Amino acid sequence: MSEEFVLDVRDLRTSFLTNKGVVRAVNGVDIAVPPGKIVGLVGESGCGKSMTAKSVMGLVPYPGRVESGSIRLDGRELVGLKDKELRKICGNDVSMIFQEPMTSLNPVLKVGRQVREVLLKHKKAKDKDDAKSQVLEMFERVGIPEAGQRYDAYPHELSGGLRQRVMIAMAMVCHPKLLIADEPTTALDVTIEAQILDLMKKLCEEEGMSVLIITHNMGVVAEICDYVYVMYAGRIVESAPVFDLFDHTEHPYTRGLLLSIPRMTGNPEFLSTIPGVVPNMLHLKEGCAFSNRCAHASDRCRRETPGIAEVREGHACRCFLHEQKGC
Amino acid sequence: MAKKLDNIPKTSGRAPVTDESGHGEPPSTEEERKHIEDLAAEIGEADGPKEKLIRLCRQNPLAAISAAVILAVIILAILAPAIAPYKEAEQNLKARLSPPSAEHLLGTDELGRDVFTRILYGARVSLVIGIIPSAISLFIGIILGLAAGYFGGFVDYLIMRLADVMLSFPSLLLCMVIMYTLGRYANSILCMFAALALVGWASVSRVVRSQTLSLKETEYVEAAKSIGVSKGKIMFRHILPNCIPSIIVLYTLNVPSCILSESTLSFLGIGVQPPAASWGLMVNQSKQFLFSSPWLALAPAIAIMVVVLAFNFLGDGLRDVLDPYLQKQ
Repeated sequence: MSEEFVLDVRDLRTSFLTNKGVVRAVNGVDIAVPPGKIVGLVGESGCGKSMTAKSVMGLVPYPGRVESGSIRLDGRELVGLKDKELRKICGNDVSMIFQEPMTSLNPVLKVGRQVREVLLKHKKAKDKDDAKSQVLEMFERVGIPEAGQRYDAYPHELSGGLRQRVMIAMAMVCHPKLLIADEPTTALDVTIEAQILDLMKKLCEEEGMSVLIITHNMGVVAEICDYVYVMYAGRIVESAPVFDLFDHTEHPYTRGLLLSIPRMTGNPEFLSTIPGVVPNMLHLKEGCAFSNRCAHASDRCRRETPGIAEVREGHACRCFLHEQKGC
Repeated sequence: MAKKLDNIPKTSGRAPVTDESGHGEPPSTEEERKHIEDLAAEIGEADGPKEKLIRLCRQNPLAAISAAVILAVIILAILAPAIAPYKEAEQNLKARLSPPSAEHLLGTDELGRDVFTRILYGARVSLVIGIIPSAISLFIGIILGLAAGYFGGFVDYLIMRLADVMLSFPSLLLCMVIMYTLGRYANSILCMFAALALVGWASVSRVVRSQTLSLKETEYVEAAKSIGVSKGKIMFRHILPNCIPSIIVLYTLNVPSCILSESTLSFLGIGVQPPAASWGLMVNQSKQFLFSSPWLALAPAIAIMVVVLAFNFLGDGLRDVLDPYLQKQ
């Protein structure tokens, strides 16, 4: 079963033990990424998207830890793996692109050396010259002009778009099976964003690699994803193939998200928002986490936590509304 | 920096000139080319290594002079036996306490020894005492500081409390104790190495630890972890190079403080032992003749001051040069 997917996350729970109490940042998340597909993970700030990704990479910062659940990468269990073993997988079978291309490269090392490091670390290159030629080839593929010169550049000498290309080159140079991109275009302007997304899509097709892209931008989702997970307060609230999600939105939260996208048509003075704020993760009450902001919330929503249920083929939703409909 | 600003009025001042010509044509190609060449020279694109060095010296003349002074002192110290007009402990009792003259450039001391000669030989002691113990304490401090900052928890607690103890103890007293206890077994210079290195590491490790603490939270360290880089490599390849500017400043501050400590210890009579020469020792021995023969104290004191200042200025300059941000801007 799990071999069908490159990444199969089951009931993942990641918590932070703070002085004030336990914060359940990731609270029973299931995600499956099929081979060669681009899967989106969407939600607003603080809903646990990045923590889900960091749990996969074993990068959960102190005092957080993965409490339970299973993360299988290509059939191999990652939870409970020793740090040393995990380090062998990270960068090789799975790699990550970070949000801020400005700060995710070491300012005192030349970018070429930083990318080369991955190859040498995972013994994918015979020697330093071989590594360099592989890096240059990768630089060309991710569209870095004058790759030979850029190899010896420091990060601050490159623009944001170029740095993100370097990050992508770094993530791709070992030809991983899965690429996790944590808001890869948030810090870039729109034209560069489109270029980077195109590049990721192209590389994904060429390599037959899977991508898990984390974003809060529905535009990005529509642009490149095959399948989408919507996350709210540490839980998946809706998951669907991308067209199904946009055409037949089921969860009130997803609907709110889609309505919040500014449009060229309609009333330009009025920007639709979801009322209220994300609940404090420290004191999650019983019931649906979205109930305090939901227009359709009933007493039952405030009492019980809805389970996730399949609404139709491949489309699941965590809401009582659909039980009532009898879908 | 000032040079760059000069350029702005230059270019903007040129724009109206083209307008006056009435055609809106660009300025003559020769002028344009010269201007571009000027700019290129300033950016440093057309530079070979030699030009680069000259440009660096021009940007930071104080550091360049300091480097030259230090280099000169090092060469003089190495070549002391060849340059010195007399032998290190050669006495000429007929010419006791003679003022500076052609025969004795900086005069002679109470035993008729040539002060210039002894300054040259003293430079050897002072430089070695300045450079080596600082390097040892730097090495220890970096390793302990990185470990404390990166691993945190108990390791951090242990190392930092040890550093606190070292720092809360009067360092001069500690040096004296170490020199007294070790003095029986080893040569006094080796004892001084040990004492100064032991005193110096604590402040280094504190600075390195604090830098490590903030650097280990940066995204590029996280990115390095995400591609599977090992802990040791993250510490030495990713975190340490980012600490280099402050480490260099620390080192260049440490060197003069070691030179000064040596002078103090020798002045107190427990450092370098006569008849060997050291600058501190020379100041010590001259104290009885401070008013009758001031050159005896002034010469070594000025030597100490010049070398200490040179190291401080060089440290400042080096920090600017080695910072990759400042390098190409």
